[in-house]
Amino acid sequence: MMAYIVRRLLYALPILIGVNLLTFVLFFVVNTPDDMARMQLGVKRVTAEAVESWKRERGYDKPLLYNADASGMDRATDTIFFQKSLKLFSFDFGASDSGRDIGYDISQRMWPSLAIALPVLGVGLLVNISFALFIVFFRATYIDFGSVVLCVGLMSISGLFYIIGGQYLLSKLLHLAPISGYDTGLSAWKFLVLPVIVGVVSGIGAGTRWYRTLFLEEISADYVRTARAKGLGERRVLFVHVLNNALIPILTGVVVILPLLFMGSLITESFFGIPGLGSYTIDAISSQDFAIVRAMVFLGSVLYILGLLLTDLSYTLVDPRVRLL
Amino acid sequence: MLVLLWTDVLMWLLLALVLGFGVYAARHEHLREPWGRVVRHPTGVVTLVILGFFVIVALVDSVHYRPRAEGQDQQSTVAHSGETLSLLDAWLTPLREREEKTYSEPFATHLYAKESIELPDGSVVREFPRLKWGGAHLADPSRERLADIGLTALRALAEGLLVWFLVAVIGVGWLGRLGGRSFGGQWALVWRGETPVPWRAALLSLAALLLLCFVAGELALKYHILGTDKVGEDVFYQSLKSIRTGLVIGTLTTFVMLPAAVLLGIMAGYFRGRVDDVIQYLYTTLNSIPGVLLIAAAILMLQIYMANHQEAFNSLVERADLRLLFLCLILGVTSWTSLCRLLRGESLKLREVDYVQAAIALGVGHARVILRHILPNVLHIVLITLVLDFSGLVLAEAVLSYVNIGVDPTMNSWGNMINSARLELAREPAVWWSLTAAFLFMFTLVLSANLLADVVRDAFDPRIRQSR
Repeated sequence: MMAYIVRRLLYALPILIGVNLLTFVLFFVVNTPDDMARMQLGVKRVTAEAVESWKRERGYDKPLLYNADASGMDRATDTIFFQKSLKLFSFDFGASDSGRDIGYDISQRMWPSLAIALPVLGVGLLVNISFALFIVFFRATYIDFGSVVLCVGLMSISGLFYIIGGQYLLSKLLHLAPISGYDTGLSAWKFLVLPVIVGVVSGIGAGTRWYRTLFLEEISADYVRTARAKGLGERRVLFVHVLNNALIPILTGVVVILPLLFMGSLITESFFGIPGLGSYTIDAISSQDFAIVRAMVFLGSVLYILGLLLTDLSYTLVDPRVRLL
Repeated sequence: MLVLLWTDVLMWLLLALVLGFGVYAARHEHLREPWGRVVRHPTGVVTLVILGFFVIVALVDSVHYRPRAEGQDQQSTVAHSGETLSLLDAWLTPLREREEKTYSEPFATHLYAKESIELPDGSVVREFPRLKWGGAHLADPSRERLADIGLTALRALAEGLLVWFLVAVIGVGWLGRLGGRSFGGQWALVWRGETPVPWRAALLSLAALLLLCFVAGELALKYHILGTDKVGEDVFYQSLKSIRTGLVIGTLTTFVMLPAAVLLGIMAGYFRGRVDDVIQYLYTTLNSIPGVLLIAAAILMLQIYMANHQEAFNSLVERADLRLLFLCLILGVTSWTSLCRLLRGESLKLREVDYVQAAIALGVGHARVILRHILPNVLHIVLITLVLDFSGLVLAEAVLSYVNIGVDPTMNSWGNMINSARLELAREPAVWWSLTAAFLFMFTLVLSANLLADVVRDAFDPRIRQSR
């Protein structure tokens, strides 16, 4: 097992290097730090000195790949590539363009993100799976047809409308929850209710359809026919046999997104004013803070690869047919 | 003077390719069969009619020109005014040019906000002023408005019915000639729903669409049927213009990534070994970057480039168009991996098929084998992907524009409409019409695309076919 994990981690390394190189090219080669400085300082009427000092303050005044002026190891390390890109591997994100410590901000902001993403995932799973089981129980009837049409309809509504509609209905008209905001500690719960409800409702369409197909695939399997041949009732077949076996794909599907929950949701967080990583990213994008965007790209890739690794591991744990070799 | 925008060219090219593929598929039984099943499905036909309407609007909006500036004397070199218009703009000139001062409700005759109006006798009152255009032909709006709306709608319904009847008669007559039946017989056949292609469903949905278009069109000439926005622009006009943006994002994204995805996918599956490793590494790496962040990073870089190279763009429209194309490209980069993987798997399978093995054994070169034997047999996957990805991309556009990393803020799009209207619900009384308009148009488009995608998927899925 250990050897397998180590090998998978080694596989992940080249991918991370690739991501790193890609972001480096995107952020420093396509547009030079000079362009960035001019953009930040206002395109017109910007002096060369202002550009230079902007670059010096943020450490962008070094050569890109090779520093001919330095001596020894510094030739390779005192460069933008080493300082800004390679250091990401040690999760040293450095300072943002506005001077704040990115690593500290991330460690503070991932908890609010998680406080929304986890309930949305948990409640969403429960709702979607129950609804899907309900549909499958009444399969090939008008209930089935109507529910599928409803799901397609729900899927066709943009997530933005769920948020706007939820805020308007629950907060403005019914005054059930605050429209937006956040609080520290446990008193944050009342700010979490609305985003969680909106998050769950907006996921029902696609989620339920997905689980429905999953259950329908299971239901035509041989073991189901055997169970029916034994004389088991439809309810027992569906809720015990099918559900148990369908749990494997459900579980692995959940595991792959678990690490990414830390990243939060861009839209939800910015709409509801929750200080998570999603709104952090949005703020960085709108204030054009490239250091933060770069850090988030790298962090996102790391978490995604971690999710893939966890998926493979969970496969081997739940399904003994999958061997680690 | 005709202006060729990048996305225009690509849209027409895509249309030509899809039509070309249609002709090709009609001649090959294994392709005609599943697509025929799509056309024989009532849902498929209805959604195709609705999507056809959207496509026509988008295509009319994809012919751009620069009108001659008025008042220039003709002897000097022909001067063109700065703005670039499309055929749709020219057609909707009444809608485009009738701008009010600020918000007004749908079918309103008065402005949303009170203003100080100076009466002829010199006194000043705070009142809702009359709109410049909406319902301007009415002498006493409070009394005449409803009757006028009703009468106009009735007349439009009659016109719509007439046009639909003409289309139906011509269509059924043509079908009858093809089938060698009398007109009456064919008409009865269609009406009882006994034709293999559900023409009745097609004609009924066409009727609904035509009636809606005529009513909306006739009323839009007299009123702002979906209200006006903050700067007084007609919301109905904005929604119609947004159709093109949505369709461009939804189709061109798949289209512009096609060359890379097809080439790499087939190469990986066909050559296997080292080539396969490299290509798999490439798409795993791209796939592992969260899509939104990659798009954000790329759009930020584009903004910098545009800010530093302003002289490279002739007009705002060209600039917005290039940004749109770039957005398609970068969305394509984040979404091509799934298509590439599919094509790789399919080519892996095809490579082992007897006729490909025979071709290789006979000494046919790799390029020829790929072009002649593999490519034609994976093309249907490409078209299915185009249909399946469409609705997701239209929705993605709205979200990205909301985050300001989508289309250019000057471009009409549903995302921009939502973005500028998101705080309007908090007003007292709430300004709901911009959001509702964007919602209605987006929902119709995405819902029909989703339903069509289901029909297409069912038609091509052999497992479902067996169970029927």
